Amino acid sequence: MTYIAKPKFHHPGLPKNELGYTHRDYEGKISTLCAGCGHDSITASIIEACYELSIEPHRVAKISGIGCSSKTPDYFLGNSHGFNSVHGRMPSVLTGANLANRDLIYLGVSGDGDSASIGFGQFAHSIRRAVNMTYIVENNGVYGLTKGQFSATADRGSKSKKGVMNTDNAIDLVAIALQLGASFVARSFSGDKTQLVPLIAAAIRHKGAAFIDVVSPCIAFNNHAGSTKSFDYVREHNDAVNRLDVLTGRDPITVDYAPGTVQVVEQHDGTRLALRKIDADYDANDRLAAMTFLQKHAAKGQVVTGLLYVDPDSEDLHTHLDTVETPLNTLEAKDLCPGSAALEKINASLR
Amino acid sequence: MPVQSPISSVNDFVVRFANVNGSGSASANELFARSILRHGVPVSPRNIFPSNIQGLPTWYEVRVTEAGHLGARGGVDMMVAMNPQTWDKDVASIEPGGYLFYDSTKPMPTSKFRADINVIGVPLTAITNSTYTDPRQRQLFKNIIYLGALCALLDMDPKVVEQLIGEQYKGKEKLLSSNVHALHLGRDWALQNLKCPIGLQVKKSDKVGDRIFMEGNSAAALGAVYGGATVCAWYPITPSSSVAEAFTSHCKKLRHDPETGKAKYAIVQGEDELASIGIVIGASWNGARAFTATSGPGISLMTEFIGLSYFAEIPAVIMNIQRAGPSTGMPTRTQQCDIIACAYASHGDTKHILLFPEDPAEAFEFAAQSFDLAERLQTMIFLMLDLDIGMNHRLCRPLKWDDARQYDRGKVMTAEMLDEPGRDFGRYLDVDGDGIPYRTYPGTHPTKGSFFTRGTSRDRYARYSEEGAVYADNMQRLVRKFETAQDMVPRPLQANAAKPTKYGVIYFGSTAPAMDEAIGLLEARGHQLDRMRIRAFPFHSSVASFIADHDFVYVVEQNRDGQLRQLIVNENGIDPVRLVPILHYDGTPITARFIANAIGDHQDHLKVTPLRKAVS
Ligand SMILES: Cc1ncc(C[n+]2csc(CCOP(=O)(O)OP(=O)(O)O)c2C)c(N)n1
Ligand code: SF4
Repeated sequence: MTYIAKPKFHHPGLPKNELGYTHRDYEGKISTLCAGCGHDSITASIIEACYELSIEPHRVAKISGIGCSSKTPDYFLGNSHGFNSVHGRMPSVLTGANLANRDLIYLGVSGDGDSASIGFGQFAHSIRRAVNMTYIVENNGVYGLTKGQFSATADRGSKSKKGVMNTDNAIDLVAIALQLGASFVARSFSGDKTQLVPLIAAAIRHKGAAFIDVVSPCIAFNNHAGSTKSFDYVREHNDAVNRLDVLTGRDPITVDYAPGTVQVVEQHDGTRLALRKIDADYDANDRLAAMTFLQKHAAKGQVVTGLLYVDPDSEDLHTHLDTVETPLNTLEAKDLCPGSAALEKINASLR
Repeated sequence: MPVQSPISSVNDFVVRFANVNGSGSASANELFARSILRHGVPVSPRNIFPSNIQGLPTWYEVRVTEAGHLGARGGVDMMVAMNPQTWDKDVASIEPGGYLFYDSTKPMPTSKFRADINVIGVPLTAITNSTYTDPRQRQLFKNIIYLGALCALLDMDPKVVEQLIGEQYKGKEKLLSSNVHALHLGRDWALQNLKCPIGLQVKKSDKVGDRIFMEGNSAAALGAVYGGATVCAWYPITPSSSVAEAFTSHCKKLRHDPETGKAKYAIVQGEDELASIGIVIGASWNGARAFTATSGPGISLMTEFIGLSYFAEIPAVIMNIQRAGPSTGMPTRTQQCDIIACAYASHGDTKHILLFPEDPAEAFEFAAQSFDLAERLQTMIFLMLDLDIGMNHRLCRPLKWDDARQYDRGKVMTAEMLDEPGRDFGRYLDVDGDGIPYRTYPGTHPTKGSFFTRGTSRDRYARYSEEGAVYADNMQRLVRKFETAQDMVPRPLQANAAKPTKYGVIYFGSTAPAMDEAIGLLEARGHQLDRMRIRAFPFHSSVASFIADHDFVYVVEQNRDGQLRQLIVNENGIDPVRLVPILHYDGTPITARFIANAIGDHQDHLKVTPLRKAVS
């Protein structure tokens, strides 16, 4: 057997969400990743976020490239369609899928090799096109699946497991996403579920390109001293700017945190993002300030996490292309074909 | 006086315009071709252009052909030499007894002319400059002035040209009248100063009928509109860009919701070919009809995704407008050179479906059909055009559409079907024995029918597996599917020679008009050939029987290595000796003269009695 299905049986007393679904309904196959891999924690957070949002699992399309991280869509939302495409090309496949049916939720899962190296261009262009998606990079600074080569997000000066020093500059995908106009940009840590789950939930609710960079240690190849993507390093250098609560329409509107430290952002679909500011000066609606803040802290070796930027007036590719509300994949000949009379006119114009 | 007597011909000659790119000559030249059509005389025009940069030479050739030969003829009867840069070459290409039309404002040394041609000078710059002051106007109207002079020289009806100008500038009265004025400036000057008409003349005829005049790329794009394509992703590359550009303009006219004004299509100019085909595959996976248009280098970039489409069984359409390769080759010259690259694109064992339309009408039909085929077969379909069809206007039968036609969305299981009692859904199960499995669209059912698409090996239920038997089972089913395709793709068309013959000829795509003409030339030389025009790969069984029925068969193609011939040999296990390659690959469109000479010479050799036999 080269795959493992989870047993269907589950306890009748498991808690249920508004749809009557349990956590189990949001799970997928049993993971084949290394025990302790950060990616599995992200999987757990995705499951949690979808459960909490009471999303119908089959209304999600989960799309990935190639890599350990890109395998993870098989491990969550077993009742939704998944697409493990080719290395680095998740963004284009997701863009096409999104164009075909604007009504589904698009979850793109990628690795740092997948997105910052071979797929750097596709990453950039899907963000600048404002594709309505949640784009998660499971960032371990290393190529996991091909066994430990440096990736383009490995920090300069960090060391490989074999002790080799990385002399190339790192690509900070968060900084680039901000620069390219992503309307939702966040960073988190796979080991911080409290922070990550609401970030994923908020990104799913966001209209437009939502990008989350999740530092996700690779315990097989990048969890040693000298790595800047190890569990220990991130725990020591994590500097959260805020904590997030996602309030759907049904939740109480008031937020019970001290005034002045909570920023409420209303999204298109009525959800409110309550940002409990840890850094009182931080303004998550200011793209330019976010960029400067990020650079300053990166220079100090700090990993800034939280919701770094959100644009409450975001738009998406369908808005820009002015496409019909009906999903394109449901249009039939009667909607699409101009018919023989129109063709006769065209013929006449060509004589 | 030329030594040679001047060429004299009514409705059967070739005029070539030598221009400078960016001088606005294209529309005047096209107007010339259309005017002749409106005289009821068929034309076959061709753009000859190097890379698309301002200031470089371009040529436009119009073959005037009462007999309706739509292939290139070769040779030039009249050269309209408007480009000093290419003067020597242009003058040299005129047939003996032919005509040279030039701007005589500045005197030319006699050494610049040939003694065996007829020189016609019109002081175009002088006429233009005395009438217009604005430099752009001077440039544009000079083209209309030479058109007017040609009207007089070739005895064309100026009313016909005026009417066309009227249609072109409908509602723009100022432009209309100024163009008509320029036309008459040129015509009047010629009538007053030159001996009109010359030996080449256009006389009204009725040989055009209800045929239309259209570019292949525009026709293919219209086929995509009629075929229900809603997603197009593309990256600019000559000669395919005009497919996406035409799709955009057709959609703007034909595909907006009348109530909301919103678009029933999505067109994305990708960042490269990898993204373009990725978008197409993502859209098709999600149940939309999607396509991209590209040319050779784009195909090279797309091959990894093409393999994914094959193995994961995702429908997609690629329109490949071929140009001369390899590498950047001759980007603005025509060839049929991506046959092998497309038939077997990507790593591992792959085979893809190719369609070969012969003209714009078929490009329209096959383009529309390619979406049905892609969805029915859940695989990649290549619509193989080339620059010669794609970027040239061709006369062809009017486009037709049957309003009763529904799209064949292929084997898609709905939520209701999934709920049928006893229904077993496995993404890669061969339920019907034709090798084609059922798929479901994402979002179909809360608990049934979802699957994980991947390029890695998996079992019939789409579960990841590297077991050899499981992999082989899948690969064999893909072969079954390809066999099923054989009877679904357009069949080859066959025509027998007037007399029984042991010889046949196979050809395809843009070679068709030249071939039609070549058959006549060969008959005149006493050679009879049965013909088969191949319209798709996989090859229908009639291809093998056609070859079996003849001693040997010529395979005419526009590439160096005889790629179609290789494919036939490879796929049908045919003795290569039975297939004689006739190859044309200098980047110009193949001509009837070339085909007739190549086949004729070969046939003549066959008739020579072998030396030893004669002696013994
Ligand atoms: C075109 C192509 N090149 C190379 C590979 C080999 N490959 C597979 S996964 C991978 C890197 C994965 O790294 P990353 O995206 O960071 O994911 P991780 O495994 O670390 O989660 C590479 C190079 C491939 N599959 N395809
Ligand atoms: S190799 Fe690294 S990234 Fe891959 S599964 Fe193991 S721990 Fe995770």
